[in-house]
Amino acid sequence: MQIIFRQAKAGECVVTAEAGDNLMHVALANDIAGIPGDCGGQCACGTCHVYINADWVERIGSVMPGSTEEAMIFGAPVDARPNSRLACQISLTPMCDGLIVEIPEEQ
Amino acid sequence: MEQALEDIGVLDVSQPQIYRDDSWRPLFARLRTEHPVYYCPESRSGPYWSISRYADIVRVDTDPLSFSSSHLHGGVTIEDRVAVSFMQMDAPMHTEKRKNVTAVVAPKSLAQMESMIRQRAGRVLDALPRNEDFDWVQNVSIELTSMMLATLFAYPIEQRQKLVHWSNVLTADLDDPESPIRTEAERQSGLQEFYLTMMELWQQRQKEEQSYDIISLLAHDEGVRSSSFDEICALFGLFLVGGNDTTRNSMSGGAWGFSEFPDQWRKLKADPKLAGNAAAEIIRYQTPVIYQRRTATREVELGSKTIAAGDKVVMWYISGNRDESVFEDADTLRVDRPNARQHTAFGMGPHRCLGARLAEMQLRILWEEVLARNLDIEILGPPTYAFSNLVRSPTSLRARIRG
Repeated sequence: MQIIFRQAKAGECVVTAEAGDNLMHVALANDIAGIPGDCGGQCACGTCHVYINADWVERIGSVMPGSTEEAMIFGAPVDARPNSRLACQISLTPMCDGLIVEIPEEQ
Repeated sequence: MEQALEDIGVLDVSQPQIYRDDSWRPLFARLRTEHPVYYCPESRSGPYWSISRYADIVRVDTDPLSFSSSHLHGGVTIEDRVAVSFMQMDAPMHTEKRKNVTAVVAPKSLAQMESMIRQRAGRVLDALPRNEDFDWVQNVSIELTSMMLATLFAYPIEQRQKLVHWSNVLTADLDDPESPIRTEAERQSGLQEFYLTMMELWQQRQKEEQSYDIISLLAHDEGVRSSSFDEICALFGLFLVGGNDTTRNSMSGGAWGFSEFPDQWRKLKADPKLAGNAAAEIIRYQTPVIYQRRTATREVELGSKTIAAGDKVVMWYISGNRDESVFEDADTLRVDRPNARQHTAFGMGPHRCLGARLAEMQLRILWEEVLARNLDIEILGPPTYAFSNLVRSPTSLRARIRG
């Protein structure tokens, strides 16, 4: 399947992924700029913050209120929006083909 | 020291002496191997659990429901403390209060600070003597971080030594023979001046247009403005220590690290693009904040031990960063370590250091500016360390610049 990363500075980057892959690992494996993923995917650093494209929010799901993921998103110095997610908390399924993810300018 | 501990059968890694002597490594190596979740039955702060392995530290730090930071349980230091910034709160209050201040270190704010930090770093380096001994801690680490702190607080730069003093008062260990204070009461009265000074600045900044310094951002934030006097003071204290000690200590730790591993300095020199990763690695290597404490809110099974509700649980970040199962050759500084950023020094989870990127930026810029000047720095001996189990703070590091 294909995943599309968009960032203001770096532009658009289309990468190939498999069902079952973790979105943060996909970004790291493809050297996507703007997703440092410091802690390596333990939902512990908040540095794989992404905005899910509006057309995809329903399919991917919003962050669970009261969850650690939510606390990490709100606590990081990056603008939190209703479509904010941590990439490390998204496991790709076959229906994610064509997913569009926007990346904050810096994090 | 190790022998004495074995004799009484207690591995008490909360003794500040082992950080002053820099003798903590074998004790934690033993804890990680033999007692990764260890109940220390007695210490000067009473009984506590030591969490020493990387994975267990992440487990505790990312489970705030089971392991509370709340001041109502005594906060985040082994000794119960009364401070009430968001650091000593749990969700949902923690999330709410922390959100109020994230703008201080938002990418936009950092971008505005970068060129100023670079300029200051350059000026400090240019002012260092040549072919003459000096103290890297005083002349570089303290000088640079206190300038930065004065700027962040929009505090008169020529009075920055006061900020250093207040920060030292706030973190002082009362058993330290060189401590500037002897009692908790002395600490509080010493900090009164800081709080009142900052309060005055804060009120003044409310009347001015918002700028990017901490006090201004806090002065214009509705959430902060509606907080109690004590809470706002605690917030000033948090930014004071957070913005000062940690980076200061990593600036010293980096200089010592490069002196211990000169091949790493050569590697960085050959490839200056490594400076960002080197900054993360220096922070791992130094671990300026030695631990954070939590309090169990319920019975928890961890590493086949049962932690009871109400028990103090200490996550030894300094030990997590030496865990060989995560960091190969952990006692070695490696500027190109692939997983340097996975260190525990910023904490893991909702309480993770808010100023992480600012700290990394300051460190990266310092070493980039040293490289740009091609300074030939010679470190003349190992650092001396503060008597503290909380901050790993070099107190002096003799150096000389050849040329």
